Amino acid sequence: MGKWTRRAFITTGVLAGGVLVIGVAIRPGNRSSRVAGLVAGENETLINIWLKLGADNRVTAIIPHAEMGQGVHTTLAMMLADELDADWSQVSMLEAPAHPEYANYAMARAYTLGDRQFPAWLLPTVDGFFLQATKMMSLQITGGSTSTWTTGQHAMRIAGAAAKAVLLQAAADSWGVAADELRAKDSHIHHDASGRRAPFAEFASHAAELKAPVTPRLKNPDQFTIMGTDVRKFDIPAKVDGSAVFGMDAKVRGMKYASVRAAPVFGTRVDSVDSESIQGMPGIRKVVNLGDAVAVIADSYWQASRALQQLPVQFTRSADDNRDQADIFRQFASDLDAATANGKEQTDLRKGDARAVLANAGRIVDAEYRVPYLAHATMEPMNCTAWVHDGLCELWLGTQNPLGFAAEVAKAIDFDSDKVLVHNQYLGGGFGRRAFSDYAIQAARLALESPYPVKLIWSREEDMRHDHYRQASISRFRAALDAEGKPTAWENQFTEKHDPVEAPYIPYGIDNQYIHFTESNTHVPWGFWRSVDHSLHAFFTESFIDELAVAAGKDPYLYRRDLLAEAGRFRDVLDLAAAKSDWERPLPENWGRGIAIHKSFGTIVAQVVEVEVLDGKAQARRVICAVDAGFAVHPDGIRAQMESGIAYGLTAALYGDISIRQGAVVQGNFNDYQMLRMNEAPAIQTYIINSGESLGGAGEPGTPAIAPALANAIFDATGYRIRELPVKLHDLRSKSNLETKDVA
Amino acid sequence: MITLTINGKSQEFDVDPATPILWVLREQAGLTGTKYGCGIAMCGACTVHLNGMPIRSCVTPVQAAAGQEITTIEGIGNAATGLHPVQQAWIAEQVPQCGYCQSGQIMAAVALLHTNPAPTDADIDTAMSGNICRCGTYPRIRKGIKVAAAAMAAQRGGANNG
Repeated sequence: MGKWTRRAFITTGVLAGGVLVIGVAIRPGNRSSRVAGLVAGENETLINIWLKLGADNRVTAIIPHAEMGQGVHTTLAMMLADELDADWSQVSMLEAPAHPEYANYAMARAYTLGDRQFPAWLLPTVDGFFLQATKMMSLQITGGSTSTWTTGQHAMRIAGAAAKAVLLQAAADSWGVAADELRAKDSHIHHDASGRRAPFAEFASHAAELKAPVTPRLKNPDQFTIMGTDVRKFDIPAKVDGSAVFGMDAKVRGMKYASVRAAPVFGTRVDSVDSESIQGMPGIRKVVNLGDAVAVIADSYWQASRALQQLPVQFTRSADDNRDQADIFRQFASDLDAATANGKEQTDLRKGDARAVLANAGRIVDAEYRVPYLAHATMEPMNCTAWVHDGLCELWLGTQNPLGFAAEVAKAIDFDSDKVLVHNQYLGGGFGRRAFSDYAIQAARLALESPYPVKLIWSREEDMRHDHYRQASISRFRAALDAEGKPTAWENQFTEKHDPVEAPYIPYGIDNQYIHFTESNTHVPWGFWRSVDHSLHAFFTESFIDELAVAAGKDPYLYRRDLLAEAGRFRDVLDLAAAKSDWERPLPENWGRGIAIHKSFGTIVAQVVEVEVLDGKAQARRVICAVDAGFAVHPDGIRAQMESGIAYGLTAALYGDISIRQGAVVQGNFNDYQMLRMNEAPAIQTYIINSGESLGGAGEPGTPAIAPALANAIFDATGYRIRELPVKLHDLRSKSNLETKDVA
Repeated sequence: MITLTINGKSQEFDVDPATPILWVLREQAGLTGTKYGCGIAMCGACTVHLNGMPIRSCVTPVQAAAGQEITTIEGIGNAATGLHPVQQAWIAEQVPQCGYCQSGQIMAAVALLHTNPAPTDADIDTAMSGNICRCGTYPRIRKGIKVAAAAMAAQRGGANNG
């Protein structure tokens, strides 16, 4: 891995704002020839491995990233094209093949497997990959978390700028003039002194042979012509006429179809299967016992799934067979109690001496919150088409980690990893789920036993009951308030920490903080879920700060604002959300308004929710969202991701509840794992701040704040404090459940 | 053998008559724009038109469609044959994200505008709440329907005047 890193990273120059950026785009030596056959066709020249030029002057950005609706194919191409001074109407993109030369995936993968301390969320943000790459690099060199976002966001730009530099040099050589007399614009090189002008393509072959600068000059924001504009996304036309190919849609000649049922209790196995009993059913090819699952392969998916439903399977027993959700929460509570009693808390953050202040406090407020397990429920259930032939295993699927999948599948079927070829398709939702290769391994194992390609499709029930779940958790708080109601100490204890490390940290100026956690393992498999730990901690911390405001008799917005005196960027975002919501405006009866703010993945988001509570049911009517991602490269993309993050988080807050009964997941489909629908979707207004700070992500930061903003709005409307999600568990007609205790 | 008319073309299929239309479309007819999402008519990803009415193809046996007209997303329009105003509006409003549900959303929206050329917000709620979008594109779908409705009204007005 170290070898890879030294080869892959070189430092580059200084950006606007004086931030040192380190690029991953240009590597020493011309490596393009190694991938030219994979990505470049006739009449195309690879300028560097991220960029090719067609004879027709079309620029193609090669994007090492999967598209799952977050718009990354478009956003990254914009960054490259802007630095290149390309004509956007003549820019296309190509998703990079799963090849080691595009080893961003492999780099991320190595750290995911090698070191759990390393934040391992995979790619759901606009710049997820480059974040990984630079985080990794920062382990090797130096660097704080601030530079990673900048580094990541500028990697694609370096490829564009470096390509422009070699094109300018090639034109200078060709025309016998100095390169600094030339400029690039609209995919042409211009020599203003002579009025000469020629398309990039004219210089492509010479440019491709020149040594690209590793520290090309990048633009200042006032020079951007594409970044910061609302271009149309590349992937949309194919998604309105049915022609977009998702993993589910892969067509491989001669393929058969498989349906699978895994042992319902995680960790158990197939004990016996009566394959004979379904042999007479139409279209059945075979029954395969995969050890922890049983699959039926048939001529059509319908035949396979019908037969599987009727197939008698016995599974092994386990100690977890008797575990219910209540047992799991009891375990969490007792593990937290024990950690405190034994002094075995794991320190997350310590600042000042919160315990000492609490011990002498005049006034203490405490509260305990809970959140359930959550499934991803991507619209496209897990699926993979696999074909083993000629010593190769080819896979057609949607994955957030193509090279990682190739390596894991290879290991599972004992192939060399370069004999596993991943053909990545559009992802019908990812949200972190498609970073786990279980479905690809199943398909490969079925194909290994079959003389034909096999398309494995998980039923919705299989998808929901064999996910990798956002953790359930309990979080407890104590805060000391001074005479003015201002918090002087903040103590927070919770179960199960994953990442990012800063998820439970608060932006508020509280001198004494003690944040600690206790691992409390269960048999339920964990997975990255949109915004990962932020998805629960924002609910915990932003609900509790709201409770402190109420205890202090202060307005929840102004209370937060006062505590953000030293955090100007947060304050600006909070102020914008409050102002745009017309915070002081009286609301109709049964309506309430709540606010929350949270930073994740480098982006600060504040949201105000207006809720109507009718007949005990809460409905979010309007959401005002303010977002500071540093600079909005694709503003409409940010708006879309805020809308998406809000809907995803709102669905979870209102309804999301995966629960365990007798060791297995109860919920199986959209009838019992309810989704937000059109009639419940709030109007959303998003306001963007371009603060010029380090760039942040967009795919996840919309999600964390919505649950607490909703819960705070419900409190405002009803006096009922939601301390356990989802909201549907509560009867909001019961006037008040206020347990907030003034202990002293 | 079951005869279906799919997007105006009559075809014969040798399938179990209980097979849901969805799988015949995807596996036998090769029309993969119609998606599997839940299998129990709860998400709308599989929406197609049967004689112009939106149905859930994941739970409708193919025998129920014998001799009748099925329209899929592939029959609504494409760049070559011309896009339907709903598809144009979906592009103008940049509606899709992951895109997996959007065939079903568009089929539901086309059916709505066919019977109700000027839907209110409440009409849109009623017609579209059977279609789940996990990317939360609902506000853009709502806007897209209104944009398409206006474009279709303008077309009709133009036709009347011309």
